[in-house]
Amino acid sequence: MELELKAVLSDLQNLNTSLSDPSHQASIDQIRLRVENLTRLAMSEPTRRSKVKDMSAEVVDSNPYSRLMALQRMGIVDNYERIREFSVAIVGIGGVGSVAAEMLTRCGIGRLLLYDYDTVELANMNRLFFRPEQVGMTKTDAAVQTLSEINPDVVLESFTLNITTVQGFETFISSLTNKSFNQKKEGTGVDLVLSCVDNYEARMVVNQACNELNQTWMESGVSEDAVSGHIQLLIPGETACFACAPPLVVASGVDERTLKREGVCAASLPTTMGVVAGLLVQNTLKFLLKFGQVSPYLGYNALKDFFPTMAMKPNPQCSNGPCLERQKEYMLIKPARDAAAKAKMEEELSTIEIPIHADNEWNISVVDDCEVDAVNAQSSDALPEGLVHELPTADVYKHPTVSNETVDTVDDLEDLKRQLEALNAD
Amino acid sequence: MEGWDPTTKSTLTQIPLLTVKAGPRDGAAWTQRLKEEYKALIAYTSMNKSKDNDWFRISAANPEGTRWTGKCWYVHNLLKYEFDLQFDIPVTYPATAPELELPELDGKTHKMYRGGKICLTVHFKPLWAKNSPRFGIAHALCLGLAPWLAAEIPILVDSGMIKHKDDAVSTSES
Ligand SMILES: [Zn+2]
Repeated sequence: MELELKAVLSDLQNLNTSLSDPSHQASIDQIRLRVENLTRLAMSEPTRRSKVKDMSAEVVDSNPYSRLMALQRMGIVDNYERIREFSVAIVGIGGVGSVAAEMLTRCGIGRLLLYDYDTVELANMNRLFFRPEQVGMTKTDAAVQTLSEINPDVVLESFTLNITTVQGFETFISSLTNKSFNQKKEGTGVDLVLSCVDNYEARMVVNQACNELNQTWMESGVSEDAVSGHIQLLIPGETACFACAPPLVVASGVDERTLKREGVCAASLPTTMGVVAGLLVQNTLKFLLKFGQVSPYLGYNALKDFFPTMAMKPNPQCSNGPCLERQKEYMLIKPARDAAAKAKMEEELSTIEIPIHADNEWNISVVDDCEVDAVNAQSSDALPEGLVHELPTADVYKHPTVSNETVDTVDDLEDLKRQLEALNAD
Repeated sequence: MEGWDPTTKSTLTQIPLLTVKAGPRDGAAWTQRLKEEYKALIAYTSMNKSKDNDWFRISAANPEGTRWTGKCWYVHNLLKYEFDLQFDIPVTYPATAPELELPELDGKTHKMYRGGKICLTVHFKPLWAKNSPRFGIAHALCLGLAPWLAAEIPILVDSGMIKHKDDAVSTSES
């Protein structure tokens, strides 16, 4: 196309010089301008870059990774290129998940697994990432389309399913355990799971899967009023799981009673979602590439620009079975782990001069030392300022006070089904 | 039970509570739980009929009892509006409630998530969490769907978003 247009321009030039009559000059100039315009348009046509075999640190315009590899040159990250070995699963490709996926794609992550059952809608356009022409596509297909254009080096796998159903959950588990990308990897087939779903039910499902698989994951959330959010690191057995205590959310400071909910389910802002996605992927990069401090819990209150932090230990009375198993395993390996951590710290102490103010004065982290008490979890005394529990704890189970004698004593499933069908029939 | 109307409260207390904490991946324990679900649904349906307030039909759509389908209806200005009702039992049930879906109303109201899942009030999830595992499908219908229909159907009808079927039966026939 470009060559063709160039040829037209040179033909025009020849025509111009061979014509002696100057009256055609103006129209020839006009044609020349239009061809030049077309040439510019043709040059801006999308071009797909080819895959890159090795990440280069060379600082040239054509290297997509030069600014990332500079992190290594500057000593922030030891080995940036390791990012290509990592697999990250993102559950929920909405306002937070899609942006997190784009960030990780631009960072050159090795492989992304994307899960969502939804389609792109015009109502999503107040958020980032998806484009109007993608309306009607599944979010997973639309994401793969955009992400593979941005960075063809990333291996993308997408799953259009609902993880809360029995069948969806089975596929979810088997996809996480698949090691085809890196057969040598220990544990599951992924390094981290990011939960970017918008509801409690789906978070509990991610929690269930990660507890069963002993898989470290990070949870993220944006409040329904769009003015607060949080991220949380969950290491089965080591930190509180999502079921250990009622979910912690940031108090927006808006009185729930004054919040008008008529006619709406949830509000959303690209800003809050972008901030939370940024915090989530920042924590992910720190966790994977081992730099800085990985936050156990980081809240974001947009109205006050307040970022509460805290850490939570697992609840020995957690209602989740696999969580209790992971807690036992962790207690068994804890002495060895502590010894290794101590040895590492001593080694670092002997080699690095520690600045006098080793504990950062800006670190406002409040570590909840007492075990998260399921009974007292409702009282927010133990919580740092600005954090509240979203749901109450389950009441201690008492046998129903209503006498069961009046209830039919039939105990055969088929009989019960027939009884309900008989009632349904009239 | 702050935030609930007296009728919902009194109805709720008459639905038998469940005792088995088991979800669809728990094998034999799930079968025990299913029996309790049926008992609660039978009791609730009978109670509704005896009070002349019959408003749903629901039955398991697969042998495992993990998917349920049926109908629910609401009477507004003496006209009956009926909708398909469906839901899956989530793998984390009964720690989390089933997400009730009215697929025909998908996209017609803001009080709904994608796929026609109804948007529950701020009071539902805390009450469910507090009472897990004693609440079952019957409780979810009573606390989740009934108040939703009562709040949203009149708005949907009055705004013209849903139309009454011309050949629909009137309340006296139902
Ligand atoms: Zn736990």
